[in-house]
Amino acid sequence: MSSKTKSADTQEPDTRKYLFTSADWDFETLKSTYDAIEDIALNELKLDVYPNQVEVITSEQMLDAYSSIGMPLMYHHWSFGKRFVRDDIMYRKGYQGLAYEIVINSNPCISYVMEENTVVMQTLVMAHAAFGHNHFFKNNYLFKQWTDAEGILDYLQFAKRYIAKCEDRYGFDAVERVLDAAHALMEQGVNRYSHPEKPNLAAELARERERAKYEDETYNDLWRTLPQPDLDDQDIDELKRKMRIEERRAQFGLPEENLLYFLEKNAPTLHAWERELLRIVRNIGQYFYPQKQTKVMNEGCACYVHYAIMNSLYDKGLISEGAMMEFIDYHSRVVFQAEYDDQRYSGFNPYALGFAMMQDIHRMCIDPTEEDHKWFPDIAGNGQPVETLKEAWAHYRDESFILQFLSPKLMRDMRMFMINDQSTTPHLEVAAIHDDNGYRNVRRSLARMHDISVREPDMQVVDVDIRGNRQLYIQHTEHEGIRLEASEAEMTLGYIGQLWGYGVTLQAVDNETGEILHEMNFKPENDGTA
Amino acid sequence: MLYIVDRRKNPTGKSLGNRQRFMRRAKAQIKKAVEDTIRTRGITDISSGDQITIPSKTLKEPGFHHAGRGGNRNYVLPGNKKFVQGDRIARPQGGDGGAGGSKASPDGDGEDEFQFTLSRDEFLDIFFEDLELPDLLKKSLKQTTAFRNARAGYSVEGSPANLSLVRTMRNSLARRIGLRRPKTAEIRELEDKIAALQAKAEKRPSGKLTKLDDEKLHGFLADLEEAKRRMKAIPFIDPIDTRFNQFQQIPTPNTQAVMFCLMDVSGSMSEQMKELAKRFFMLLHLFLHRRYKHVEVVFIRHTSRASEVDEETFFYSRETGGTIVSTALEEMKKVLKDRYPTDQWNIYAAQASDGDNYSNDGAKCTALLAEDLLPKCQYYAYIEITDEREAEIFAAAEGETALWKSYAPLASNNQRFALKRVTKASDIFPVFRELFAKNRAEAQS
Repeated sequence: MSSKTKSADTQEPDTRKYLFTSADWDFETLKSTYDAIEDIALNELKLDVYPNQVEVITSEQMLDAYSSIGMPLMYHHWSFGKRFVRDDIMYRKGYQGLAYEIVINSNPCISYVMEENTVVMQTLVMAHAAFGHNHFFKNNYLFKQWTDAEGILDYLQFAKRYIAKCEDRYGFDAVERVLDAAHALMEQGVNRYSHPEKPNLAAELARERERAKYEDETYNDLWRTLPQPDLDDQDIDELKRKMRIEERRAQFGLPEENLLYFLEKNAPTLHAWERELLRIVRNIGQYFYPQKQTKVMNEGCACYVHYAIMNSLYDKGLISEGAMMEFIDYHSRVVFQAEYDDQRYSGFNPYALGFAMMQDIHRMCIDPTEEDHKWFPDIAGNGQPVETLKEAWAHYRDESFILQFLSPKLMRDMRMFMINDQSTTPHLEVAAIHDDNGYRNVRRSLARMHDISVREPDMQVVDVDIRGNRQLYIQHTEHEGIRLEASEAEMTLGYIGQLWGYGVTLQAVDNETGEILHEMNFKPENDGTA
Repeated sequence: MLYIVDRRKNPTGKSLGNRQRFMRRAKAQIKKAVEDTIRTRGITDISSGDQITIPSKTLKEPGFHHAGRGGNRNYVLPGNKKFVQGDRIARPQGGDGGAGGSKASPDGDGEDEFQFTLSRDEFLDIFFEDLELPDLLKKSLKQTTAFRNARAGYSVEGSPANLSLVRTMRNSLARRIGLRRPKTAEIRELEDKIAALQAKAEKRPSGKLTKLDDEKLHGFLADLEEAKRRMKAIPFIDPIDTRFNQFQQIPTPNTQAVMFCLMDVSGSMSEQMKELAKRFFMLLHLFLHRRYKHVEVVFIRHTSRASEVDEETFFYSRETGGTIVSTALEEMKKVLKDRYPTDQWNIYAAQASDGDNYSNDGAKCTALLAEDLLPKCQYYAYIEITDEREAEIFAAAEGETALWKSYAPLASNNQRFALKRVTKASDIFPVFRELFAKNRAEAQS
């Protein structure tokens, strides 16, 4: 397995043992190949996976799946149409190929494979998706904690029907308005620190009925005629005022970083079905949240697994030398990392970084150097590469994984260096490189680049003037003076205002001094008398 | 345990709903882009569907993101070649290559414009949106005077010309098999066997067959007789086998139109002016094609004489001479009378001219139009093409050409007649839209 691509030089290969000999696949070979892979995955690597379901689709269906963020069923929205149109053109013009597979974190684990793949590619894809990704989905703590593989397809079914029903009842435009706004806030619609309740089709339907029923029962036209309470009394002393602020912040559970959740629960003018739409978008965003944090690990795990399985198949004489060559060609294209000054460079390739790190850990477990013993005393030379990796796959996310396991050797191999970019200086500075002084800085910096809480802006709902003009206050905490993209922030603020129905203020606050740096305001057109 | 599911047979186009929503969303921009395309592009390939570029701003999906620049940030890059700690690098300008490339757009999603292809129908729908054929309620459109033959299965009777050979032979074959009619080959085989036995008899000295052979011979002869009897009794083709193709006369709405293109080709019309006229004619043709199944075009050009010509001559050959418009109208009247009876054809006419006319001809033109042509036409559009420089002078002096003067009163009291001035290519489409807008009164105001 240790990157042995040639073995048994001495004896003639036995072609009768081959799983396949031609380039084309059929369902028989697919099945027998799967069985061989499964044998290696379960008995040699001892992976722990959901049952597998492999679905064969055409390239057109792959494009369809692309546009609906890889899910087999999805509600309709124009942005998916936009993505489809763009992918379609890119594909037709040859700017971009299609993925060989798409895998869905569900139980059973569904992998889509394209019909035009060769049999070697199908083998690779099954090893990669049906065992690599599958194991990761089932075992990583983030997925365990945040997503519900059992219920996701049911939930999407519910969401799709519900939104279609809303479109019928309230019109395309009304639904589109809410979905547009919700999509804009999707990244701010996840719970980062607590367990979300698991969506469940029956419970969702029941809850939705309950909500509608409650509204019907408690509806009383008289409420509309009540006189508005008086505005704040000017004489109330400072202390009382502060206490009231604290009180109302507590009442609304502020500060709240899940903007969509806050709006769903508290926006005064939304209808029940609009809240339900926000909830759907929020739940889907939550489902994808772990994927965003584990790109490097997830792909690294899948690449490591497929590499191990393919080599094992070859060592057992189950695939021919030609098939192995074809595999290596695909593999090396997938894990290719362009250098920073290369035209093809567009950031770190998660496949390349992940695979290199997994292979590096494997090397350290089996064949450690002096340096490895110093840096990784726990794992160096423990002789249990797969167990060590499984441990890592289960308990880390990209940021912590890089911080923990990136070795000096890999930093040297990939020739990593760290740039410090201060907008106040006219030049960039090389802050650290792959040497004794720099290892820790480079590693920390790379880990931060993969930290979603650093990559995505820090947004919170901080206050709402419930007795006054119902102004909503949202705060962006600026770290290191990095601002929001202004034009987009303005549009997004407009969307928040649309959902909230009253004025919204976005304040940028320095994370160290707490001072308000700048402000952006949204005023509703109808002046809050909706 | 593995389940393999073959999804290839599943219906594709799951994204159709998404595409429709996208089109709805982008409609305003797409419409503008379509109009821009028309202005810049040759009119002949207009109907082929098009690559439309729309600015993506309006289709933005915003969100809270960090700005691409500013602040104090660190990032790690692979592939160090010569840098050591503390090196200073000039900040790369633009987002091309180097360190700048990595931070220019964190998502790699920085497109400015969004390109996609409209299908031909989508394109034309947008192109002709809000346009309506004037006076569509013409009698002939409602009348179902035309008929069309359509297949209506098979019948047991009909004329020999409509005999359906395949059906007939199929029935015949089924009947022959069912009644066990002997095949010709079987009879021939029996005859051969008999002949062989008889030859055998002749060779023998006694001239007779053995007893065994004799029995055989008699058996064969009996078989043969029976076979021939059956063959006679069961005909190869029986009248009950015959089937005839049946046709039905289906009344069809009158959906044919003829379009008259009239143009002044005298020396005063420059190539450029003719090109403008051509664009207008092409638009009209395309438009009629959307509405009618069958559209014919008649080209009539005139100087001081008029003649019907083919398209090539119409647009590209030159002639000299004076200008008498009424000759063209006379020619159109003649062609109408000869070939296009009003009860079968929807008649449209477009006339392009620079406005010159022989001074005494105006009254005659007006009379011809008002009495003979306009009652027969669905719509008659007059396009006056003026030089851009001239147009300014005219606009200033309120000048009117000879033809305009004589036509203007007609237009004011006849819904079917419209006239417009065109000076440059970009005018063509707006003018066209105005002429065919769903509610012309609104469009003009």
